[in-house]
Amino acid sequence: MDPFLIGQQVVNGLILGAIYGLIAVGYTMVYGIMGMINFAHGEVYMIAAYLTAIFLALLASFGVDSVPVVLFLTLLGTVAFTALHGWAVERVAYRPLGRSTRLAPLISAIGISLVLQNYLRLSQGARTQGVPPLLEGVIRIPAEGAGGHFVQITYIQVMIVIMALAGMGVLTWLIQATSLGRACRATQQDRVMAELLGVDTGRIISVVFVLGAAMAGVAGVLVTLNYGSFDFFIGFVTGIKAFTAAVLGGIGSLPGAMLGGLVLGLSESFFSGFVNTDYKDVFAFAILIGVLIFRPSGLMGSPEVEKV
Amino acid sequence: MTGVAMVLRHSLWVALVALLLFFPLTGLLLDGYRLTWRWELPLQLAGGVFCLTLLGGLVRPLIGYWRSGRGLSGLVSSSFAGEGSASVAFFLRAAHGSRFRSLVRVSGFVLLLLVAVSLPFLLGKYWLNVATLALIYVLLGLGLNIVVGLAGLLDLGFVAFYAVGAYGLALGHLHLGLGFWEALPLGGLLAACFGVLLGFPVLRMHGDYLAIVTLGFGEIIRLVLNNWTAFTGGPNGVSAPFPTFFGLEFSRRPQAGETAFHQFFDIPFGNVHRYIFLYLVLLSVSVFLIFVIGRLRRMPLGRAWEALREDEIACRSLGIDPVGVKLSAFAMGAAIGGVGGVFFAASQGFVNPTSFGFHESALVLAIVVLGGLGSTVGTVLAALVVTILPEFLRDFADYRILVFGLAMVGMMIWRPRGLIRPRRPLYPSGEGG
Repeated sequence: MDPFLIGQQVVNGLILGAIYGLIAVGYTMVYGIMGMINFAHGEVYMIAAYLTAIFLALLASFGVDSVPVVLFLTLLGTVAFTALHGWAVERVAYRPLGRSTRLAPLISAIGISLVLQNYLRLSQGARTQGVPPLLEGVIRIPAEGAGGHFVQITYIQVMIVIMALAGMGVLTWLIQATSLGRACRATQQDRVMAELLGVDTGRIISVVFVLGAAMAGVAGVLVTLNYGSFDFFIGFVTGIKAFTAAVLGGIGSLPGAMLGGLVLGLSESFFSGFVNTDYKDVFAFAILIGVLIFRPSGLMGSPEVEKV
Repeated sequence: MTGVAMVLRHSLWVALVALLLFFPLTGLLLDGYRLTWRWELPLQLAGGVFCLTLLGGLVRPLIGYWRSGRGLSGLVSSSFAGEGSASVAFFLRAAHGSRFRSLVRVSGFVLLLLVAVSLPFLLGKYWLNVATLALIYVLLGLGLNIVVGLAGLLDLGFVAFYAVGAYGLALGHLHLGLGFWEALPLGGLLAACFGVLLGFPVLRMHGDYLAIVTLGFGEIIRLVLNNWTAFTGGPNGVSAPFPTFFGLEFSRRPQAGETAFHQFFDIPFGNVHRYIFLYLVLLSVSVFLIFVIGRLRRMPLGRAWEALREDEIACRSLGIDPVGVKLSAFAMGAAIGGVGGVFFAASQGFVNPTSFGFHESALVLAIVVLGGLGSTVGTVLAALVVTILPEFLRDFADYRILVFGLAMVGMMIWRPRGLIRPRRPLYPSGEGG
């Protein structure tokens, strides 16, 4: 096979994987603390895509045209408002449930996910939206092109990798090195005990939703800048895939989410590059089912013990 | 007074957050790469949120007061209940004796059935179609209710089994020359097989995973139907045959050697005959299934479904095989979904993958949740309301999924066990099992 084609698929796969990893973080953190799948998380990512386009258009209408300033302000605004949405989702759909039936949080999650999809469909219209290309320019390896063959990396893709690494770095620092992170880890290990020791677990759950949504916000900005188009339904498929990444890496584990994202991104990119593009989503879902059957604890997770 | 002030302050805070949330997504309308400003919309929405929160905050103490008042009267009546309670119980038993109650129930049921049977002869073709679709959703609701309501397994890809049934009829006709009557049981069976195939590996795991796997499975089926053009016809879809009346076709000009329905009975050809017939078949299948589900719930299997929903570990310790019992519920629900799909394909005369998206699964789930998880009557009512109401409220049709989503969240917050308290088939200890 053409080594440049393989190289290009590796690049594409890493980009895709970084995005999946960023979104998977939200699933894995909520699952780790609350033991439930936050189905609305894909929708939070979808909201981030809309917010990105809105902030870009807003800044353009104010006449801001310096690319770094636009990028910084869009990222800041989108992440802040997406985090606010994540917080609101937890407040509206999960917190009032208390200790209800086992199905209640799942059904409530599906409900709020339908609400968010249709909220965007009704407020912004059902058509596919787009953003103008912001950063143009590519890096080619080798630079002069070996007989017309080269691996191409756009500036946006470089930015995606840098931002994903930065986002994960900040998150890891927050969780591992701050007192807030220590409280999060304590709540994940034993919620009742953490509460007895004076941790405000309600606040920690809010924090986890805000952090997860913020990461989804970063992913939303990056995807929108990279692909340039989105609609109100993108959260559905991307949500399932990011969840697959979280399960693949071992649900509840932060580095696992990133690793799962990369593995899934790479395998999806190779599958669509060398086998078939039409069935790439089928392939990703098949991975999900396969992992759940053969290794439900994932690559880096520990087996789950059901407690009475 | 301070209470009211606190409610007011809280509502103001909520409205402020709501304004922040609504402002970018509703106040700024994306229009190509530019924005159109709509100042008034987020303000109105936040105002609405403010009013609702205020109302809720003011009404909640009243509800508490009312409840405590009722509790007081209950206390008073119970203190009087000592004397003569036996005679009261006797009269109550006489009035609501099981024979009397079952008489009321049976006559009500017969009346409803008469109305349902006569309905197609009174309705026009358009409303007949609506009624048929409503009954199809009744079937789907009944199927999913077994899985979600009774067995407590969240299936988010129920539409996959519906699609298997519908495509079973269409493709069976195209490739194997099957008719409606062969496809009806086969479609159900095929869907059940898919259910077992999917359920067997997944049901052994933690319950929440089932939700996401079924979600993925629903999408896989849709993608395969869409992309496997050579077999399924891809996005163009396939046509599906109509049922025959004991071998009689419903066409104006039957194929050579065949007799058409109107020729056999010597009546003028009516396009509506086939729809009336389909409706009646669908109605009888639905009634039969309601009966079967009612019986199943009293049987050991049905009781095991509900027991497993409540506490899996306790069930295991009592010797119930959780995987087998869950699998039976999953397959049963899938089979009913498949039968619903066969009827859908027959009533439309045509199927394509757009009918089997996630929204369909969500709609059926909304039916089951709004009907009260586990309640057959509730499911039937909810299916009728959810499909027929948007016909009357045309403006509402656009908002219906939004409203159903809100209703699902609301139900889980205030009534997680359903609007109608599910009546468990109980046996009084005196009569024995």
